Amino acid sequence: MAVKMVNLTIDNHPVSVPAGTLVVDAAKKVGIEIPVFCYHPKMDPVGMCRLCLVEIGRPMVDRATNQPVLEADGSPKISFGPKLETACTTPVSEGMVVLTENDKVSEARKDILEFILTSHPLDCPVCDKGGECPLQNLTMRFGPGESRFLFDEKMRLAKQVPLGELILLDRERCIQCARCVRFQKEIVDDPVIGFSQRGRALEIVTFSDPGFDSIFSGNTTDICPVGALTTSDFRFGARPWEMNAAASLCTHCPVGCNLTINVRREARAGGRDVIKRIMPRQNESVNEIWICDKGRFAYHFTESEQRLTEPMMRKGSELVAVSWDEALQAAASRLKKAGEKTITLAGGRLSNEDLFNLCQLTSGLGGQYWMHGTMGGGDLLAQVGVGQGTNLGEFGPGSAILVVASDLHEEAPVWWLRVKQAAERGATLIVASARPTRLDRFAKCVIRYAYGEEVETVTSLVPEYKTDVSEAICAGIQGILGAENLVVFFGSDGLGLEGTTALAAACMELLVKTNHFGRANNGLIAVWPNANTQGAFELGYRPAADLASRLAEAQVAYIAAADPAGDDPALAEALRKTGFIIVQELFMTPTARMADLVLPAQAFTEREGTFVSGERRVQRYYPAVRPISGPRPDFQIAAQIAAQLGFSLEERLASLVFQRLSEAMPDFAGLTYQQLAMVEEQWPLIGRHDLYFGGTGYDNHQGLGVQLKPAAQRLEPLNLPDVPELPPLQAPEGAFLVVPITCLYDRGQTLLPTSLLHERMEKPAIYVHPKLATRVGLEDKQSFQLVLNGISTLVQVIFDENAPEGAALLPRSVGVPIQGPALAQKEIVSG
Amino acid sequence: MFRGILEGMRQTLRSFFEKPVTIQYPEQKRPVRARFKGRHVLKRYENGLEKCIGCALCAAACPADAIFVEAAENTDERRFSPGERYASTYEINMLRCIYCGFCEDACPTEAIVLGDNYELSFMDRAASIYTKDMLLEPVPAVDKLTPQSTPPGVFTRSVPEMKDPED
Ligand code: SF4
Ligand code: SF4
Ligand code: SF4
Ligand code: SF4
Ligand code: FES
Repeated sequence: MAVKMVNLTIDNHPVSVPAGTLVVDAAKKVGIEIPVFCYHPKMDPVGMCRLCLVEIGRPMVDRATNQPVLEADGSPKISFGPKLETACTTPVSEGMVVLTENDKVSEARKDILEFILTSHPLDCPVCDKGGECPLQNLTMRFGPGESRFLFDEKMRLAKQVPLGELILLDRERCIQCARCVRFQKEIVDDPVIGFSQRGRALEIVTFSDPGFDSIFSGNTTDICPVGALTTSDFRFGARPWEMNAAASLCTHCPVGCNLTINVRREARAGGRDVIKRIMPRQNESVNEIWICDKGRFAYHFTESEQRLTEPMMRKGSELVAVSWDEALQAAASRLKKAGEKTITLAGGRLSNEDLFNLCQLTSGLGGQYWMHGTMGGGDLLAQVGVGQGTNLGEFGPGSAILVVASDLHEEAPVWWLRVKQAAERGATLIVASARPTRLDRFAKCVIRYAYGEEVETVTSLVPEYKTDVSEAICAGIQGILGAENLVVFFGSDGLGLEGTTALAAACMELLVKTNHFGRANNGLIAVWPNANTQGAFELGYRPAADLASRLAEAQVAYIAAADPAGDDPALAEALRKTGFIIVQELFMTPTARMADLVLPAQAFTEREGTFVSGERRVQRYYPAVRPISGPRPDFQIAAQIAAQLGFSLEERLASLVFQRLSEAMPDFAGLTYQQLAMVEEQWPLIGRHDLYFGGTGYDNHQGLGVQLKPAAQRLEPLNLPDVPELPPLQAPEGAFLVVPITCLYDRGQTLLPTSLLHERMEKPAIYVHPKLATRVGLEDKQSFQLVLNGISTLVQVIFDENAPEGAALLPRSVGVPIQGPALAQKEIVSG
Repeated sequence: MFRGILEGMRQTLRSFFEKPVTIQYPEQKRPVRARFKGRHVLKRYENGLEKCIGCALCAAACPADAIFVEAAENTDERRFSPGERYASTYEINMLRCIYCGFCEDACPTEAIVLGDNYELSFMDRAASIYTKDMLLEPVPAVDKLTPQSTPPGVFTRSVPEMKDPED
């Protein structure tokens, strides 16, 4: 479908843009600046601030003949309106003439700025936005030199108003552009802030409890054109011009949001580089210009005082600090002795380079390597993962998205946002889940199943199996059949390893049977627990169902970026039997405490590497701070151990490791760091040079990443696994079913050091439907000993009408170990 | 030739009766000129609060990159300066400084002022870094020391409502 193009001239530049484009955007595309405050390219225009006034003329038409009126020289006669028009609300039309630089326009801009400044406080020196403030910049460029308004008549409003723990509001600085209010309502569907009062007394208020209860709240500080909204994390942290910027990636979920890390060297940190804030970096195929609050604020773990800094070896019963040489020698000699009785266990937090060297080392010894985690199915993504060129931003009418067993809002916030927006643009969204989620509202059809019926539900969506199915499933089948494109997201809501592996197979079957695979915008996406779980699968790591017995039999367990002992008491038990434990970590985890040798690893901010996102996009991150002395990058440690054993692995640079990796792994064939660093122009044009348009987020100069082609897209034959059936979940008398769910703010190792988020973190608690609670004999807010897999933990009961009646919900990583659906009991406290 | 010698002797003789220009430094010191630019001083208000609000504009203006500022937040219980923000670290590297006075011009609160002191000598490079306590003006009385505990709602503004500078 060809888009109709419209021709117009802006300041004598001929411009040709698709019909419906707004004049501001058309001007932007040819590099003509029309200043704006309230307009934002990601939101509908409202025309509130009037800064974008321009003079617009249109060709005159003779009413009688309906012919254009011509000038003497034959050119069309242009009639200019008596008043200026707002460029942000006016769509282009054929033959339009836009003037943005004459006296009338400059005068108007001057007047508007003078008005806006009548009550603006003299805060620039202390304002966190100062130096990257659109109001400052535009006033310097277009504003009047001085104000004629009386100083005494300035409005005095409240300053430092906390809208929540994360965001601070300065009411005096607000210029009432409503970008924040519109963002919360239109873009992220959290209308928790709004305007109250009118006229000069108008102010932003929050109506939620806790205040500004939204997981995307940080983005409002990027798009607020003044310093009215700032984060409490960055408060007075630094002036914007004092900071360095390094491109990075978010490590908290599989979306792989592109970030920029702002860093400054600080005296109060003893001359160390300190991360001052995390900002989004534009990648329109991944996170556009947004990030969630977890990505923005939960970086403090990288500079925690609790980081391990020295290698430690068990001497007697104590772990004592040793030199790297001694540690590497000890590791090597143990591994040599263990040979094929070595087991390597890696977490999804490691980069591809680390994982590659670790598996090379392990296979060199003849040992086995596994992934730590309770979600499976990643191998199937290598076959039917989304095709190269997939972009959720392109989804609209004719496309369908199926989300199964995942509460995307909590598990992968930016995917939630993109799926929601796709549905709003007209894509068919089908949500299948055991409990209500934030996505239901936007779905064409919601399929509700009971925990344990995930696989069945997906299988019943395969049109050819259609038997007597429910109405919702019929609607789902309709949606899938009618769709040209289909992407399936599957998660681990209420599922363990067995369940997710089976679910992945069922999803693959659905995609294959409906022919939605092997091309762009079609295929499978897994909502992984970690940023690089997908990468680990690509490199051959798999989660093991029988990990405990494998660990128990191993002579050496080499555990990197994983905490099996902390996550699962059964694994802790098994590790007690392991001959020798090497732990490579950032922190003294429960596993590290059990170790015989602890090797301190560098944080992702101190080094470079690559991750593979859930959409199988390989992306690069760069070093942001100078590394603290002591820790080494994981890939280097593995290579140095290997060197002691006489095999050569690359230890110098991540890029060199990646070179070997791409030679060894067919899916990565031909990929280089240079390719991952390539960029192209993205719309909207945002950036540090014109903050007024897109906000203070960073433009992308450091790489958009490369999406891997799944086997199906390379036209390789598929290997469709059987879909295993899951045993039904039923609780016997005296017990009840507890299933794991994922919450955004858990109490994991990488989140806890961010004290700012503590109030929003999950407590050790289970969510129980009141009916289930009555059956089991639990009361709201009651604390009780929950016995799960033989371990008893004190948890609180929270009544939740949204929880299903058949099972209680237990968030992962809050201190109560849970791997999959499990039977629980209430401990009878005797005496 | 004789004339030359006589001329020289006349000069010498005249100097005998002139007032000497030499000053017995360091016992004696010559007053500096009104616009002399010597070592910086961080000024206080009369109530003892620091004028500096930690905005780092001086650091931004400094052509020699001699100033380093870190800011922190005031509370009414622990107030260093009026308004929300104060300088928790303020350092000037006196070896880098070229005494241009740009920092003084940039300061929105007239907090940093180049003073009269020109006696700057150090035994090592680290000593050339003047910290905030070295730069801050002494207080007239102990109760004017910062931080102070102040009544709420009084010191709400960082930048005082100053008239335009006259000169
Ligand atoms: S707080 Fe900022 S974004 Fe919100 S209305 Fe005010 S100026 Fe606009
Ligand atoms: S959506 Fe995921 S990747 Fe993006 S910022 Fe949030 S936690 Fe990080
Ligand atoms: S006097 Fe000039 S060189 Fe010295 S600190 Fe001030 S601005 Fe910098
Ligand atoms: S001395 Fe003045 S310019 Fe420098 S930080 Fe303090 S208030 Fe700002
Ligand atoms: S009215 Fe157009 S940008 Fe505000």
